[in-house]
Amino acid sequence: MDLLLKNISLPLASFALEMDLEIHGQAIAIFGPSGAGKTSLLDLIAGLRRPATAFIQFDGRVLTDTSQRVRVPARQRGIGYVPQDLALFPHLSVRQNLLYGHKADGNTNGLFSVEHITEVLEIQSLGARGIYDLSGGEKQRVALARALLTSPRLLLLDEPLASLDAALRAKILPHLARVRDEFKLPMLYVTHNPDEVTALCDEVIVINSGRIAGQSPVSEWKVPQT
Amino acid sequence: MNGEAWQIVWFTAWVSVLSTLAILPFGLGVAWLLARFSWPGKSLVETLVSLPLVLPPVATGLILLQILGRRGAIGSFLHRQFDLDVVFTWRGVLIALGVMSFPLLARSARMAFENVNPRLEEIARTLGAGNVRVFCTITLPLASRGIIGGMVLAFARALGEFGATIMVAGNIPGKTTTLSLAIFENVQLGQDPQAYRLLAVSVVLAFGAVWYSEWLLRPKKR
Repeated sequence: MDLLLKNISLPLASFALEMDLEIHGQAIAIFGPSGAGKTSLLDLIAGLRRPATAFIQFDGRVLTDTSQRVRVPARQRGIGYVPQDLALFPHLSVRQNLLYGHKADGNTNGLFSVEHITEVLEIQSLGARGIYDLSGGEKQRVALARALLTSPRLLLLDEPLASLDAALRAKILPHLARVRDEFKLPMLYVTHNPDEVTALCDEVIVINSGRIAGQSPVSEWKVPQT
Repeated sequence: MNGEAWQIVWFTAWVSVLSTLAILPFGLGVAWLLARFSWPGKSLVETLVSLPLVLPPVATGLILLQILGRRGAIGSFLHRQFDLDVVFTWRGVLIALGVMSFPLLARSARMAFENVNPRLEEIARTLGAGNVRVFCTITLPLASRGIIGGMVLAFARALGEFGATIMVAGNIPGKTTTLSLAIFENVQLGQDPQAYRLLAVSVVLAFGAVWYSEWLLRPKKR
């Protein structure tokens, strides 16, 4: 992926997200403490926030350029987003959630088909269930599958394991690794857990109080001591 | 109950349903704007929406009479362009009921929209949905219980409307007489048994509507 973020300024409640950032790679961790601006950064890339200033370009396509009043709507960005609270639609069944944004992609030989994605994430049998009938891990996988079914060009994952206990986290982590390897999708993975960074990502960007505090390959990253 | 009494009951129920349906698009539009957006002067709109709740109904009726009468801004236009009269017709009843019940619908719908997690709408957009699809498939279904509850309350309010109706539409037997007006008239004329029969019908209709609305608006157990 080639993701370019220049001249970013997004006022938040207690500080402003301000950064210039170039990202090249496949699985990138956005690492930082709670309230550092990580989710706001994902929202900005997804087109869900209006920045004061920003130039955002993904794989050569300008998504936001405030100087030229360019702002591609979220629905046209081709970005899959799994937010921290998952945002599964509670009034729809699992199957209806999955199909909400489903786009058949003829160029990927069924890679992004319902059958393949539900098989990879082991949720084939959940279709008729309601969202409230799912366990935490199942909800997590349904939300991931729903984002994948839009055949996105970039996947944003916001602390996908944060709400799960250690046992469930260990169960979901291989699914995320399989998604990374099988779909070859560029992904930005927000977390404040160093173990997830080292297990899933090649590069890490550290954010603190809305600013870039570091960027390096994970192999060279000095894991912060807690 | 005689045929005239049943005619009054049916007319009142019918015009109450019609007024509730007529204010629905406006009520939903205003409620959605108030729930989702901020703009200068928003508090003015909020106050205007709630005004019929606190103004004496007769005062609201007088305002409507001034606007809708043949010399009023809207009334004169309708009479001139379409030869249409509102005052002292069933249309006057419809408008009086709609105006008086509008705040109940708009306030319930606003609360219902505010209770829809905006994150769901945002994520629906990232899944490729445009504004209309998001509204129809996410916002509206999730707010539907509150909206239906508001409609039922508006209907119940319309059933019992008196002050504004008598100002705008008068009390013309067979044309504009509603349940409330008929009860009042029967009491005035000393026809208490008929008044009590109409009262019983009013209580049953209003009780049923409010009970249904409370049932719809009760917190969901999960």
